[in-house]
Amino acid sequence: MPRIGVFVCHCGVNIAGTVDVERVRDEFAKYPGVVYSVDYRYMCSDPGQNIIKDAIKEHRLTGVVVAACSPSMHEVTFRSACASAGLNPYLCEMANIREHCSWVHQDREAATKKAIELVRMAVEKVKRNEELFPIHIDVTKRALVIGGGIAGIQAALDIADAGYEVVLVEREPSIGGHMAQLSETFPTLDCSQCILTPKMVQVRQHPKIKLLTYSVVEEVNGYVGNFVVTIRKKARSVREELCTGCGICMQRCPARRDGIPSEFERGLTTRPAIYIPFPQAVPNVPVIDRKHCRYFLTGRCRVCEQVCPAKAIDYEQQDELITENVGAIIVATGYELISPSIYGEYGGGRFKDVIDGLQFERLLSASGPTGGKVIRPSDGKEAKVVAFIACVGSRDRAKGIPYCSKICCMYIAKHALLFKHRVHDGETYVFYMDIRAGGKGYDEFVRRAIEEEGACYIRGRVSRIYESNGKLIVCGMDTLSGKLVEVEADLVVLATAMRPADGFEELARKLRLPYDEYGFFSEAHPKLRPVETNTAGVFLAGACQAPKDIPESVAQASAAAAKVMSLFGMPTIEREPTIAEVNEMTCTGCFDCERVCPYNAIERKEIKDRRGNIIKVVASVNPGLCEGCGACAGTCRNKSITLKGFSDEQVFAQLVSASV
Amino acid sequence: MNSRKVKGMKAKAQSTTNACPDDVEGKLEFAYYPGCSLSGTAVEYGISTKALCNRLGIKLEEIPEWICCGATPAHAIRTLFPLALGARNLALAAKLNKPLLTVCAACFNRLKWTAYELKHNREAREKISQLPGLLNGQTVEQLCELQIFHLLTVLRELYGVERLSEEVKYPLKGLKVACYYGCLLVRPPKVMQFDDPENPCIMDELILAVGAEVIDWAFKTECCGASLALSRSDLVAERVHRILSDAKSRGANIICVACPLCHVNLDVYQIDANTKFGYEHDMPIAYFTQLIAIALGIPPQELGLEKHMINPMKVLKNVLAQK
Repeated sequence: MPRIGVFVCHCGVNIAGTVDVERVRDEFAKYPGVVYSVDYRYMCSDPGQNIIKDAIKEHRLTGVVVAACSPSMHEVTFRSACASAGLNPYLCEMANIREHCSWVHQDREAATKKAIELVRMAVEKVKRNEELFPIHIDVTKRALVIGGGIAGIQAALDIADAGYEVVLVEREPSIGGHMAQLSETFPTLDCSQCILTPKMVQVRQHPKIKLLTYSVVEEVNGYVGNFVVTIRKKARSVREELCTGCGICMQRCPARRDGIPSEFERGLTTRPAIYIPFPQAVPNVPVIDRKHCRYFLTGRCRVCEQVCPAKAIDYEQQDELITENVGAIIVATGYELISPSIYGEYGGGRFKDVIDGLQFERLLSASGPTGGKVIRPSDGKEAKVVAFIACVGSRDRAKGIPYCSKICCMYIAKHALLFKHRVHDGETYVFYMDIRAGGKGYDEFVRRAIEEEGACYIRGRVSRIYESNGKLIVCGMDTLSGKLVEVEADLVVLATAMRPADGFEELARKLRLPYDEYGFFSEAHPKLRPVETNTAGVFLAGACQAPKDIPESVAQASAAAAKVMSLFGMPTIEREPTIAEVNEMTCTGCFDCERVCPYNAIERKEIKDRRGNIIKVVASVNPGLCEGCGACAGTCRNKSITLKGFSDEQVFAQLVSASV
Repeated sequence: MNSRKVKGMKAKAQSTTNACPDDVEGKLEFAYYPGCSLSGTAVEYGISTKALCNRLGIKLEEIPEWICCGATPAHAIRTLFPLALGARNLALAAKLNKPLLTVCAACFNRLKWTAYELKHNREAREKISQLPGLLNGQTVEQLCELQIFHLLTVLRELYGVERLSEEVKYPLKGLKVACYYGCLLVRPPKVMQFDDPENPCIMDELILAVGAEVIDWAFKTECCGASLALSRSDLVAERVHRILSDAKSRGANIICVACPLCHVNLDVYQIDANTKFGYEHDMPIAYFTQLIAIALGIPPQELGLEKHMINPMKVLKNVLAQK
């Protein structure tokens, strides 16, 4: 016999102002199955909760209905209260007579009638509720971090420092990402490599971090707490354990004259076929680029093997497939810049002296191809007049990039400033639309570039750039004075838009991660859950989620690491038991449920007889992945799947009672 | 500068999307739309086009009772009228069951625009369908299927650059040509789908193929001032001066055009710019049809060169001396 308790909340005047709460209470005082009905001003408060707890004990309640606000507000509150009084929390339901009633209606009579209906529906449901217990999932307390830029490095270090093992996978030969390519970072003008390399070395030396460079994620299986990841460690053709990083192979490689563009130097110079991308690379072990290596192309050469003092060259080395079991994954795959040829009228890709921001960083960098001298790529002459163009691609709906890339206003100011530091009699012109400098010390930094270094900021777009007499003529507009402007520049730097790094579609497929129309991975909630995704156990950090600068990437990395550590902090993960369940007797194995499940939570289970013969294959719900959406239950042809806590019986009882 | 290479022409010019269907290749027959200016200020363009096509075996059947395309004035003041003009001409051409060919850049632009609007704008399609008798028995769908070619595309893609260079009798020695495209051929890019809108190369390729030296320069598609020649001739003079100066400073001794309006502003208004505003330009402006025709051996007297304000003969005499 059901013994239901009904608790009607006034919520101050939020509910009581429109709904006659005493009448609701009285209506259910004599309702079949209800043994206790009471009202209170603020049911979620401590005294309110005590009313519920005392009633459970005193009246030996078998079910509780709280008529109040939305379950998304206080379901957890009331269920915890019931649990602490000894009643299974899933025997507590809420009737939303606030958001669904008092807040959307004005007619007191009608609202009260509706509130009574809503409570009645909840009571009929609760009568059919069963006790449910949280599902416990084991957690492998190891993490995988995909991407070895500043975000990935920070996340890996945070998790490893907490004592958990981390596998850090990076597809380039070295970690460091784009930050390693920068000369100095805003707003402090710290030398980028100087602040980054200590972290890189820490990663290398950390006993808890397993560093896999020149490696890619091949396959991801499993679910939160129990991922099985296959990683392909590509063949470097160099034995890491023997190589001393002396660099003789690079100096003697004959392919260094073959014009292979250096990826790290953004094409400003060439590299040999066996190469370490930059001197501070971690690990300091070269890689043979088999697509350009003369030995792999023609079968002749092997110079590096001959000159290597450590005998570390191994042309026979194969890719290695490594399987790792991890409990959580952080995606920190970073960004790339769009091609500078996006606006044909700017001549990017056609004129050698029209370059992008990262190329300018390499020109500025003391360890770059020009030793820090800002020279023109076309003729090697020193640049005296540099024009910077903001918003190249960004904020342009016609180019399909309506968003702002966030970092460009700051790095343009930085570039103008650094250029003036090097070339005291140089001239800098910045064509901008708006200045976005919202971070700490950021606006002051831009002002410094303008006021102390004399950067000439012109508010207007550039309509075209052409070459004339060896100079670049930049034709633009100064909208503040209304005049057309022509700048005769030696060098033009385009602030091209940020986009997600290549390969995001493939990775998203492997991880079942959604991404937006530009390819940036989707966070669970843009405001309140920026580092989680809708896939349990997978987190995001850095520019792969949206354009951002280094401080934000580092902050997000630590945030993602904290989420991972909270996952690892408990002995098991607790999941809500309101998930789907298959009746294996009636399931016919059609697997329509598998097709509609958005979380890939349906597995195939073989039912065998005593001799081990397979009788049939039925659907089975993975409790680690199921989110309880109910798509399977709605799809199942013969009602073999039910959603716990939302069975047909329960839902139909609600529907029937509503129409009374 | 290497005469066989055009600096900056790194990649091949973008192929125009009117790819050659099987029924046109080998059978170069077109419904010819001359446009009004070819019987007026650009009569030499029409003469040289006919002479060139005749020589190459490209058959032109003039569209019977074609009407004005509307050029600039129609679309500047009305919305349905220019559509109707274009639709009528397309319908008349479609009746001939041949792809349409034109040489006037304005006509080309207007006809392509009409086809684009009929294809993509439902309201335009509905309005045109409601005009009885306009389409001369054709349906809007048939209009949309009609292929619209400029002679430049026909020469480069349907006739072929290689084949053209084989026909050359008198390579254009001594000619340093700056090819000027103007605006109507390439803009708006979505509608025209004609070559690279910022750095077109189709004319350059053809002129190169007939033995001239082609200059790479910055103002291939730079505005000449267009119809401001009538109301603000000072602006046009300044624009024309910029264009001619840039070509001259890079070594050009002749400018090649594919549009009667470009020709008028650069040639006729060159005189105007000199006399009224003190410039001293002396740059001959020729149509690409005239230059290619000369290279193929057609006598210059048959190409209307005497109609130009700046005499191109002084530059062409070295070519003709090869005879």
